[in-house]
Amino acid sequence: MKRVPAPDDQQPDSFAFTAENAAKAEQIIAKYPPRRQASAVMPLLDLAQRQHKNWLPRAAMNTVAEMLDMPRIRVYEVATFYTMYNLAPVGEHFVQICTTTPCWLRGSDDVVSACKNKLGIDLGETTADGKFTVIEVECLGACVNAPMMQVNDDYFEDLTADSTAAVLDALARGDKPKVGPQGGRHTTEPSGGPTTLTDFMGDG
Amino acid sequence: MLRDEDRIFTNLYGFQDWGLDGARKRGDWDNTKAILDKGPDAIVDEIKASGLRGRGGAGFPTGLKWSFMPKESDGKPTYLVVNADEGEPGTCKDRELMRHDPHKLVEGCLIAGFAMRASAAYIYIRGEFFIEANNLEAAVQQAYDAGLIGPDACGSGYSFDVFVHRGAGAYICGEETALIESLEGKKGQPRLKPPFPAGVGVWGRPTTVNNVESIAVSPTIMRRGANWFSGLGRENNTGTKVFCISGHVEQPCNVEEEMSIPLRELIEKHAGGVRGGWDNLLAIIPGGSSVRMLPKSICDTVLMDFDSLAAEKSGLGTAAVIVMDKSTDLVRAIARLSKFYAHESCGQCTPCREGTGWMWRIMERLVTGEADVAEIDMLLEVSTQIEGHTICALGDAAAWPIQGLMRHFRPMVEERIMDRKNKQPAAA
Amino acid sequence: MPTLTIDGQEIEVEANTTVLQAAEELGIQIPRFCYHDRLSIAGNCRMCLVEMEGPPKPIASCAMPVGEGMVIHTNSEVAIKARKGAMEFLLINHPLDCPICDQGGECDLQDQAVAFGRGDSRYSEHKRAVKDKYLGPLIATSMTRCITCTRCIRFATEIAGVEELGATFRGEETEIGTYVEEALTSELSGNLVDVCPVGALTNQAYAFNARPWELRKTESIDVHDAVGCNIRIDCRGNEVLRVLPRLHEDVNEEWLGDRSRYAVDGLGLQRLDRPYVRVDGKLKPASWDAAFAAIKARMDGADGGRMAAIAGDMADVEAMLALKEMFTALGSPNLDCRQDGAKIGGKHRGGYIFNSSIAGIEDADAILLVGTNPRWEATLVNARIRKRWLRGGLAVGVIGGVMGSNDDLTYKYDYLGAGPATLTEIADGSHAFAKVLADAERPMIILGSGAVARDDGAAVLDLARRVAEQNGMISGDWNGFNILHRAASRVGGLDLGFLPGDDGRDVAGIVAGAGKGEIDLVWLLGADEIDMQALGQAFVVYQGHHGDAGAHRADVILPGAAYTEKDATWVNTEGRVQLGRRAAYPPGEAREDWSILRAFSAVLDQPLPYDSLAQLRQHMVEAVPSLGEVDEVGPGEMGAMGVAGDVSAAPFESPVADYYLANAICRASAVMADSSRLYLNGEEATGTDG
Repeated sequence: MKRVPAPDDQQPDSFAFTAENAAKAEQIIAKYPPRRQASAVMPLLDLAQRQHKNWLPRAAMNTVAEMLDMPRIRVYEVATFYTMYNLAPVGEHFVQICTTTPCWLRGSDDVVSACKNKLGIDLGETTADGKFTVIEVECLGACVNAPMMQVNDDYFEDLTADSTAAVLDALARGDKPKVGPQGGRHTTEPSGGPTTLTDFMGDG
Repeated sequence: MLRDEDRIFTNLYGFQDWGLDGARKRGDWDNTKAILDKGPDAIVDEIKASGLRGRGGAGFPTGLKWSFMPKESDGKPTYLVVNADEGEPGTCKDRELMRHDPHKLVEGCLIAGFAMRASAAYIYIRGEFFIEANNLEAAVQQAYDAGLIGPDACGSGYSFDVFVHRGAGAYICGEETALIESLEGKKGQPRLKPPFPAGVGVWGRPTTVNNVESIAVSPTIMRRGANWFSGLGRENNTGTKVFCISGHVEQPCNVEEEMSIPLRELIEKHAGGVRGGWDNLLAIIPGGSSVRMLPKSICDTVLMDFDSLAAEKSGLGTAAVIVMDKSTDLVRAIARLSKFYAHESCGQCTPCREGTGWMWRIMERLVTGEADVAEIDMLLEVSTQIEGHTICALGDAAAWPIQGLMRHFRPMVEERIMDRKNKQPAAA
Repeated sequence: MPTLTIDGQEIEVEANTTVLQAAEELGIQIPRFCYHDRLSIAGNCRMCLVEMEGPPKPIASCAMPVGEGMVIHTNSEVAIKARKGAMEFLLINHPLDCPICDQGGECDLQDQAVAFGRGDSRYSEHKRAVKDKYLGPLIATSMTRCITCTRCIRFATEIAGVEELGATFRGEETEIGTYVEEALTSELSGNLVDVCPVGALTNQAYAFNARPWELRKTESIDVHDAVGCNIRIDCRGNEVLRVLPRLHEDVNEEWLGDRSRYAVDGLGLQRLDRPYVRVDGKLKPASWDAAFAAIKARMDGADGGRMAAIAGDMADVEAMLALKEMFTALGSPNLDCRQDGAKIGGKHRGGYIFNSSIAGIEDADAILLVGTNPRWEATLVNARIRKRWLRGGLAVGVIGGVMGSNDDLTYKYDYLGAGPATLTEIADGSHAFAKVLADAERPMIILGSGAVARDDGAAVLDLARRVAEQNGMISGDWNGFNILHRAASRVGGLDLGFLPGDDGRDVAGIVAGAGKGEIDLVWLLGADEIDMQALGQAFVVYQGHHGDAGAHRADVILPGAAYTEKDATWVNTEGRVQLGRRAAYPPGEAREDWSILRAFSAVLDQPLPYDSLAQLRQHMVEAVPSLGEVDEVGPGEMGAMGVAGDVSAAPFESPVADYYLANAICRASAVMADSSRLYLNGEEATGTDG
């Protein structure tokens, strides 16, 4: 359960935003009132993580601290408190399986098994080729589409063991599998078809 | 059953364009200026009269909450903060509103913000909702581009900004003061109250925090009138509500229904009924993971609203209905929730930091029966040592599922312990 | 002024009082861990929950402001259940290692567990273990014991002003520390040990040395700087094992600098424990009689004008008085207590003390720091400035004193310039900061020794006086003209007039005279900070307690008592007279300093007129009445001070190059040597565990 920061020998010595991201950072900071630039710490850490292979080295935290004129420890606190910041390297496809009760009731155990079998790794591990990391996460807020998993930014919902394996296969091939429900429905309407709003199904 | 013409979120399932054009076709942003022209106090009064109660879980009257904001400006900004940190297990309604009907929320921000004389709204959306945040940000930009918000919002002369702020993985930020801390760039640890946000909120300024749904319904209430809204549901439990039905039903779904709809009707009409039929029902958690579960006998008749569920020592919460049929290992279902709360405890105050992990570990043993019957009482006592003793309600939320389990299914838990004991070779 | 009822007793209190404070006023003690009256309110331990009539849940009394008509029950069933619950939760993951924990016997958790804990544990799960953290050479950590009260974080952030401690991760995995393995960069770090209510942060230097009940506790005064921090000296037998701060609201509140706390191992090292006499170029042990005889041989028939005495930075008033009177009787006008050569002193006390008082800093709204780095020269004066700054509405200007990487005073300031030229601009009103001072209601100037201990010091003092007078720093009951001393002895010495007499030589004159053969004998009373190489062929008597610079140069060594080993008087930079008390005896043949001088005066057949400390003190108060006004402060008399004249262009520099090695006791301390290596040279200690 505990997130372990990458050891020193995996931590880069320095981190700098690309010019494009530095400009984005400025835009983000501008969203908050003057002298409240610390509010930008979470989006900036996210920006840094996106720039750095989906994990957040300490050097990036230090860079963000400096940009926002924050004591480093306050940034370390934020980076370790929120679970979306990866403190150590992760695979190219970061697979997060929701196993909280609503997903578990509908078979998240099968999703976990499918991932383990397909990838040959346990929860919390990364495949040898660095392609996949699989972890268990808490409720991702897609409960009527349970069970589900998130791979990087995308939700894959209404999963079965088979459809889980199919998504992983597609990702492994470099394809972009369809995100959202894997069982055929559009979003969160009943799978047999909407019981309400039937006149609102077209672009009307 | 609620008629479609009384449904507010007509693009709940996203079959239509979520953007500004689609929104306008659904009636959003239709002469919003006329609503603003009524003035802040009239809007607050209208919302009060509608009987709208907060849709985030606690059910506090929304109009009353808005009225706590300062009426006279001291020249410095005040804020509306929208709680879009949806993370209560079972709950996935705000996600749909944001990705499929974001303009309802943006317009609601303007109207609510105007009513409480706020200078800007910050929408705090959970970090995992990436697509939802993108749609929302795009909708905000569309609104700016169309002059609907910004320096002269809808031509009203009122200046109002809307910003989207993404979280980064912390259930506790759904607690309003933790959310405020997080928005300030800190760990999401709830604040001590008093002071309350309406006095000292984000960046030290008066702030009102509202759930997405509470804000997003407000433009429609203003257009159709308080009487229309209060005419739905029961007294003190008015309006429509987006329900999330998950777990062991034939067709899990979100649906907007009338408040106070019978639980059984809700499930059978929209979710295809309980898997294997109503009689295969074991228990339901009716309002998101934090409320106490109900056995079938209560589910048979209970209405889905604040007061009916409170009377059964449960709650409407987020109106997320988690259905569990007779195949369910209820102990494991609750143990998994206990793990959730231990994982999401912010760690600030003692009872929650220490107690949630303790309860989870006992629950894990109860799953296998590796416990003494006396430990059930100890567990319940530990839960009451947490309940009511923490800075925020997460402690209560961790305690109630366990209390609900024991309240209705204790014999089952005891049986499991005895079974295991009986299977053990007798001690010498 | 709301009135509320607590446990049936009605009380009227100030509106901003908390329930916990109101209860305290009634003598009702509500248990707590995270609450600390000098830190912000965290409300996280939940130990102080009490029942309030009305709300369904118990309230955190530490955080709840009182309200009219509140009815509080601190010992109702609801309150007791909450308290016992919090206690149990705090203990379930706390190790049962009290027998090997240094906090044992003075542990809030232990005490309250006895009062509110269960007799047994019903926690049968695995206990949590937390990796220990490295916080530098002064603090031992045992983080499994931590109850996450965050007092340490709040102390570091708020009082010490170093935002380096935090709570990382969350939930039951929350860890207190710096996240990276780095020492805390604060001279106040030892206070973390005091604020920690459990054994998570303990005194590294005192580790496993003693149990509190074995210790003899003596209330005394610190001499590592001129603040005069109130301390408690804990001894076992004759050994000083630790020093702790003692509450004095107007001086150090309840804090203490690391030098004062951690240099105590130096009290047992490099001590002068017997007299020595130099024979054939080498110091040889000698008897007191032989040592006295060797000095007497040099003094008999000698011209008093060719003898001199210098009082060192930790000298006590009684010893300085005895030395002064002895030398005066010998006809020597060559006396000085200003080792650093400061151009201050004289009959107007207002010209050499911190007139506004340390607590008065809290009333200031503009401060001009000249030639000082208060963080290193007077750590708790600096902490007081930070305290005032945190409240807002304080402008701080700095001229010189801070340098290079050592420029963080823990509060924001404007660096106005490096030297006297900037001060001149302020004096003539041409500098922008002059307006800040003029507009302030209670402006203050703080002159460090870096401003006045220089050749043009008298002219600088004159300039500073003009700045003060022209900007309303001295008006009504406010006197914002302040000298910040570094030496515990200094104000007492100036009060005594331990200064050159008519045609007498000051320190520079004495040293130069010795070098040129015009001074034949120099008596150093614990003076180690002058250039010993420059003393030429002069016969040097060193009276003191450590084998430091003075003793190395000495021809005769008279072993004296360190500050922990004598009943003696010191006067702090405010002019506050305070009495130190003997906690231990001087080692070996060493003696209290006044008595050494009294004994030697008899050898000279010019006995000093007192046979006991009480007689000496009576005599002292007759000579200088203010020395009898213990613990009193007030602005000194103002008058002519300094000399108008040219100032040099040289920048003001703080004379403290190394906080940790500032005096002979520190230089003997292994703990201070470690600290200096780490903080000044960046040499990390090895190993981070245990």
